[in-house]
Amino acid sequence: MVFALMGCQEPINSPHPSGAALGKTLFSSFSERPKHLDPARAYSSNEIELIGQIYEPPLQYHFTKRPYELEPLTLTAMPHLTLLDKQGRVLAPNAPAEQVAQSVYELQLRDDIRYQPHPAFVPAMHSVALRTVEGLADFPERASRTVTAADYVHQIKRLADPRVSSPIYGLMRETILGLGELGDRLAARQQKGEPIHLEVESLAGAVAVDARTLRITLKGRYPQFIYWLAMPFFAPIPPEVERFYARPGMAEKNLSLDWQPVGSGPFFLAENDPNRVMRLVRNPNYHLESYPGRPDLRLPLIDQAVYSLEKEDIPYWGKFLQGYYDSSGIASDTFDQAIRVAPDGTPELSAEMQGRHLQLVTALRPSLWYVGFNDLDPVLGGRGNAARKLRQALSIALDWEEFISIFLNGRGIPAQGPIPPGIFGHREGAAGLNPVTHIWQQGRLQRRSLADAKQLLAEAGWPQGRHAQTGAPLVLYLDTMAGGADAKARLDWYRKQFAKLGVQLVVRATDYNRFQDKMLKGSAQIFEWGWNADYPDPENFLFLLYGPNRKAGLNGENAANYQSAEFDRLFVQMKDMQNGPARQAVIDQMRALVQHDAPWAFAYVSKSYALRHGWMAPRTPNLMANNTLKYTDLDPSARVAYQQKWNRPALWPLFAGLAGAGLLVTVAWRAWRRREAAQT
Amino acid sequence: MITYLIRRLAYALPILLGVNLLTFALFFGVSSPDDMARLHLGGKRITAEAVERWKVQHGYDLPHFYNPAGEGVAKVTQTLFVQKSLKLFALDFGAADDGRDIGREIGKRMWPSLVVALPTFVLGLGAYLAIALFLVFFRNTAIDTVGVILLVALMSISGLFYVIGGQVLLAKWWQWVPISGYAPGLSGLHFLVLPVLIGMVSGIGDSTRFYRALFLEEAGHDYVRTAHAKGLSPFRVLFRHILGNAAIPILTGVVVVIPRLFLGSLILESFFGIPGLGSYTIDAIQAQDFAIVRAMVFLGSLLYILGLMLTDLSYAWVDPRVRLQ
Repeated sequence: MVFALMGCQEPINSPHPSGAALGKTLFSSFSERPKHLDPARAYSSNEIELIGQIYEPPLQYHFTKRPYELEPLTLTAMPHLTLLDKQGRVLAPNAPAEQVAQSVYELQLRDDIRYQPHPAFVPAMHSVALRTVEGLADFPERASRTVTAADYVHQIKRLADPRVSSPIYGLMRETILGLGELGDRLAARQQKGEPIHLEVESLAGAVAVDARTLRITLKGRYPQFIYWLAMPFFAPIPPEVERFYARPGMAEKNLSLDWQPVGSGPFFLAENDPNRVMRLVRNPNYHLESYPGRPDLRLPLIDQAVYSLEKEDIPYWGKFLQGYYDSSGIASDTFDQAIRVAPDGTPELSAEMQGRHLQLVTALRPSLWYVGFNDLDPVLGGRGNAARKLRQALSIALDWEEFISIFLNGRGIPAQGPIPPGIFGHREGAAGLNPVTHIWQQGRLQRRSLADAKQLLAEAGWPQGRHAQTGAPLVLYLDTMAGGADAKARLDWYRKQFAKLGVQLVVRATDYNRFQDKMLKGSAQIFEWGWNADYPDPENFLFLLYGPNRKAGLNGENAANYQSAEFDRLFVQMKDMQNGPARQAVIDQMRALVQHDAPWAFAYVSKSYALRHGWMAPRTPNLMANNTLKYTDLDPSARVAYQQKWNRPALWPLFAGLAGAGLLVTVAWRAWRRREAAQT
Repeated sequence: MITYLIRRLAYALPILLGVNLLTFALFFGVSSPDDMARLHLGGKRITAEAVERWKVQHGYDLPHFYNPAGEGVAKVTQTLFVQKSLKLFALDFGAADDGRDIGREIGKRMWPSLVVALPTFVLGLGAYLAIALFLVFFRNTAIDTVGVILLVALMSISGLFYVIGGQVLLAKWWQWVPISGYAPGLSGLHFLVLPVLIGMVSGIGDSTRFYRALFLEEAGHDYVRTAHAKGLSPFRVLFRHILGNAAIPILTGVVVVIPRLFLGSLILESFFGIPGLGSYTIDAIQAQDFAIVRAMVFLGSLLYILGLMLTDLSYAWVDPRVRLQ
């Protein structure tokens, strides 16, 4: 063992195969195995993070431009939009929404987009006997072909396929012309036990005009549709791949689109063992694409990415510090070790991390956390003055600045409205503050005093937290999924905030299922909730407060069940507008309305903190794009040098152990000799 | 003996049925098919139609125990319980709720579990017996007293502490082995050192004390005194007579465990990233995948019953006085 400890060139505690660190390979991890890799089904962030590197929808987010901007990915230019009225006449681009009967997007595909090599593209492989097949590697031949418009049409049809259960089918059947009818037809076929062949089904809303031209027709006007074209839901799927995987016996061997994706992206999934490791390898057929502003840097910049399963924070963080993972998030337990906060409040690396030449990368997430007040609740809900003032008082009392400091280690900013920074419609500084909860003082936000909150509470009919007439205490209920020791401090914090006003808060901690039930029935009173942006448009946040989208009864995403005729009217107006001063003005009105009505206590926008080793090329994080792996670059030789420096095994414990064992043997020997001598 | 085995197998059937019934009731007591559908379909933009479709596709649209819409025997067979649970008796585990084949997954995952559990079991058993014999050899001396104090101290420490402590000490500070990970084949041997060592050390306190107590009891018997009186060496008495006669109670504890080695360890597999059946079960519970949970509970019960039968057989094998009828 001593020789092993001393003699190896490569650190003996390396978790990677010998020599792997020398290659242009990114080492990262995942904590939960993705459930779906089918682009029509995958929606969770961990699923999209993986398949975003494999599939190519028509558009992508420009990697460096801010605010976020879409650009063509597999197209020669941005889609061309034509608006039509009921008679099929072409309308002006700024025609009012009520005149628009159809929106027609025409997409022109590049001719150099090719799929990864795969056996499905070899006709002979479709009839290989499956007896001896255990995985894709057992198919002897593989080939590729160019992506066509028909492949995109096929995938759009798949969204309606009842066997696929796409999470966006409900939305898209109301959007894409004919998709609902196709879904109904397919469901009827499935119910009768008839086979489903998507290739022979027609779909008016998605047509391949020719091999390179795709036409998508929407019902009415939906400007946000263009953002969906940057998601893997709209990536091409070759029909022959689906036929290949549909053979009897394939699914039992985990050979399906849900397990073995086939795309045209910069990487393909070479190894999929989500119990242990997933490995992405450079697609040899990837089309020409360069790093923005650097035509000399052809993408992708690395050859492989290896994701290992790490369920626990401690081993993950330990391996990162040993240099075996190239980047890491920062858990609360390790925050103090990694980060120190400068006197001016800005976070910086601790001395230990600086000594390791780490990079700290921070970015505000396009997400929002809030505490919702159920609009259907008899005490807190509705448009009445008393309930509104009560909600406003509670919104002041909930001190999110304190919450961010205690529970997020300062990783966030207090939210002032329904739209987070980075999304059109958000206003910075005094212009965006929530006048109900904050004031602008000496160039910074200041939370209103408790006296203001108590005043509002008294005006609501609950002076000192007791009913003005009966004197009964005000008891409110927080429904939450948080439970156990970890959540105790946070729930205690909530109680303390309400107690500042003399209001009693009862926490009803429950499991995920019961919580979802309560939300669907609209029986929760106060709850915590959050939303991550699907796309960087204000509609994606404001629709969370749109009345017809309420959760109770309608199963929408308006969890607070907020209902305001004025807000709904403005929402319908805003959602079809182009970004500009007119849209901003409408959004300003909507923000003022919900700040005043206070259906949510706007909590915070969280900040992502990530650490990267010095051998990683610096990159500005892009939190909207999901295909960012191709921009990642690293210096393997520097990585190997650091790994050797940081991983020299300690030998003294070995010698100390040997000495201890020797001592024990000596003591035992002497004891035995003494006993032998006593017996004779 | 054949009659005995057949009888034991017949006893096993109602036990397994009861276990199935209990798992079914507990699972659906906290989780409805709608909950399962919502969890599987994701948190965003889930429509009521999508939930219904998922339930139909996965067979969760049936009533739990009695189907009034069915005809004749279908009133009972066209139910969740029969459709989802009774096939297990033919070892047909079916597909997980995410569509993946459970039998295939179990076949794949039991090897990593076994690769860790088997050396832990064999090396651990050897070490515990050796230490227990060592302490018994030096009974009534300071070595025995100090040894017992150490064992009690080791017993008192949580298993999780050994895992984290081992990772910090051996992997993070001393950098002898990888902190966690797994690779199949010989190239993955270095990953096994730490989990096997921790598995052994975490069991050292109670197992060694148990074996020491067994050996001490044997050491007090007349035949041991006779052996000493006949002039046999202490080593011969210890290894030949005491160890041999203590084998039956040792077998009781050991043989019953052997079949369950396939099922792995929940904590070790989770902390060391070992893709075994322990982590499979935990993941399934978190994902509310009833298909996997019921399969793993059934398998666990089956292996436990098998372990008990093996124990009975091993009694008859090591002790000629025992006859199975």
